Amino acid sequence: MYPRAFHYHRASSLKEAVAMLSQLGDDAKLLAGGQSLIPLMKLRFANPQHLVDLNFVPGTSYIKEEGGALRFGALTRHAEIENSATAAKIPILHDCAAGIADVQVRNRGTIGGSLAEADPSGDWAVVLMTLSTEVCCLGAKKTRTVPLSDFIKDAYTTALAHDELVSEVVVKAPPKGSGGAYIAFKRSAPVYPTASAAVQLIMDGDVCKDVVIALGCVGLTAIKAKDAEAALRGQRITDKALSAAMEAARAAADPQSDMRGSTDYKRALVGALVKRAIEVAMRRAHGEQVEVGHIYA
Amino acid sequence: MKKNVTIKVNGADRRAAVEPRLLLVHFLREVAGLTGTHVGCETSLCGACTVLLDGRAVKSCTVLAVQADGRKVTTVEGLADGDKLHPIQEGFWEEHGLQCGFCTPGMIMCSHDLLEHHPNPSDSEIRAGINGNLCRCTGYQHIVAAVRNASKKMSKRATARAGAR
Ligand SMILES: Cc1cc2nc3c(=O)[nH]c(=O)nc-3n(C[C@H](O)[C@H](O)[C@H](O)COP(=O)(O)OP(=O)(O)OC[C@H]3O[C@@H](n4cnc5c(N)ncnc54)[C@H](O)[C@@H]3O)c2cc1C
Ligand code: FES
Ligand code: FES
Repeated sequence: MYPRAFHYHRASSLKEAVAMLSQLGDDAKLLAGGQSLIPLMKLRFANPQHLVDLNFVPGTSYIKEEGGALRFGALTRHAEIENSATAAKIPILHDCAAGIADVQVRNRGTIGGSLAEADPSGDWAVVLMTLSTEVCCLGAKKTRTVPLSDFIKDAYTTALAHDELVSEVVVKAPPKGSGGAYIAFKRSAPVYPTASAAVQLIMDGDVCKDVVIALGCVGLTAIKAKDAEAALRGQRITDKALSAAMEAARAAADPQSDMRGSTDYKRALVGALVKRAIEVAMRRAHGEQVEVGHIYA
Repeated sequence: MKKNVTIKVNGADRRAAVEPRLLLVHFLREVAGLTGTHVGCETSLCGACTVLLDGRAVKSCTVLAVQADGRKVTTVEGLADGDKLHPIQEGFWEEHGLQCGFCTPGMIMCSHDLLEHHPNPSDSEIRAGINGNLCRCTGYQHIVAAVRNASKKMSKRATARAGAR
């Protein structure tokens, strides 16, 4: 399986990559980890005439803690985030990075590529949506910072102009008393989840002060389960509140029936995942160290 | 247009002018003549094509040869020291970690990444470490035993080396 023939360009800086995109036009695409793009090119679903390789640009892979936020270089690999003590300060980020595919894919795939791909089943968008996340976009003329909720427009569609790239992803550290968790249900490691749930909440004793709940793989983009959040906000997290949140999450899901499961199956699944993620997030908010992994069929 | 690349494969520089669409696995098999790296699914799912790129396991069917330019690649052929097998290869030998052997090079290279970064993995860590590699024959039991065997050998040798210093 070969991709269609293309011209290969190696950028030595992000600025140069942007200039190459402007010059080469619509038929040019950036190449980061290649873990989405190369499979698509081999299947000839993507047939770019030009590839601009970002992998040789120095200084694009880093995790920095700065001014109450974590900053990730666009080419930071999933594996680097998985193994980073700095990233683990926000435990949901570790849940996400460590659960993507298998070690080989995590060694190549990048956080910037993942957001730019906007795959409806991608993990990063779901998780980062529960935090305050901004995407730094570098263009030929200007740099702009786009909140993640405005960055992802639709399935496989972002706010990036053709000659813009993601240079950095900035995640604000959640306030004290916060806890989060991300749990996906998967049939095996090297495939995308069947459904997933990300929960980030703030506890004050046993009352949930605030909460964000995002659902993955059950819509064209990650879905915010607003009614599920409302069922918990300002409440003691009792069994009754949990059931209400689960029910609301099921109603918010808009899954499609496919080889991973039927619509009803995915709805039921996502409710159960939300419940588990809330339980872990609560324990973490109370300072407990909890290891969670994805659930395999 | 072809592009000149120099890839250090198992310690030796391999130079060639390649089409940008050439996948690393085909560079290894067809240009470098190293057929130890297998092609299974060709769709990034099975892990048979796993090699080390700068020491980290990657699926060589999902990396372009031009991306490995100037970098180090290790294939299963690069593990043994002459006739002396690498401890991971010994582990697979001793524990019968294979039947048809098709998945074995990928399993071995992925285990290499695991053991370099987590020297004493538990069985569940071993299973998680090779969960991107499919085997259609063994049921994985013997493969896990092989990696466990290798990890014991490698840590024993590391302790012996530290003691000798
Ligand atoms: C077998 C397998 C299983 C997988 N399973 C999962 C999974 O469970 N969960 C999951 O989330 N992902 C999964 N992935 C996808 C993986 O995480 C990808 O790495 C990721 O989606 C894309 O990142 P990349 O760096 O590989 O991007 P690439 O494939 O290089 O690029 C993807 C797209 O983004 C564009 N792009 C890349 N970088 C930038 C940038 N900096 N700025 C602007 N545009 C850019 C490219 O032009 C391209 O259109 C899997 C992949 C494989 C092969
Ligand atoms: S041949 Fe590369 S993953 Fe199967
Ligand atoms: S031994 Fe035959 S596929 Fe693993």
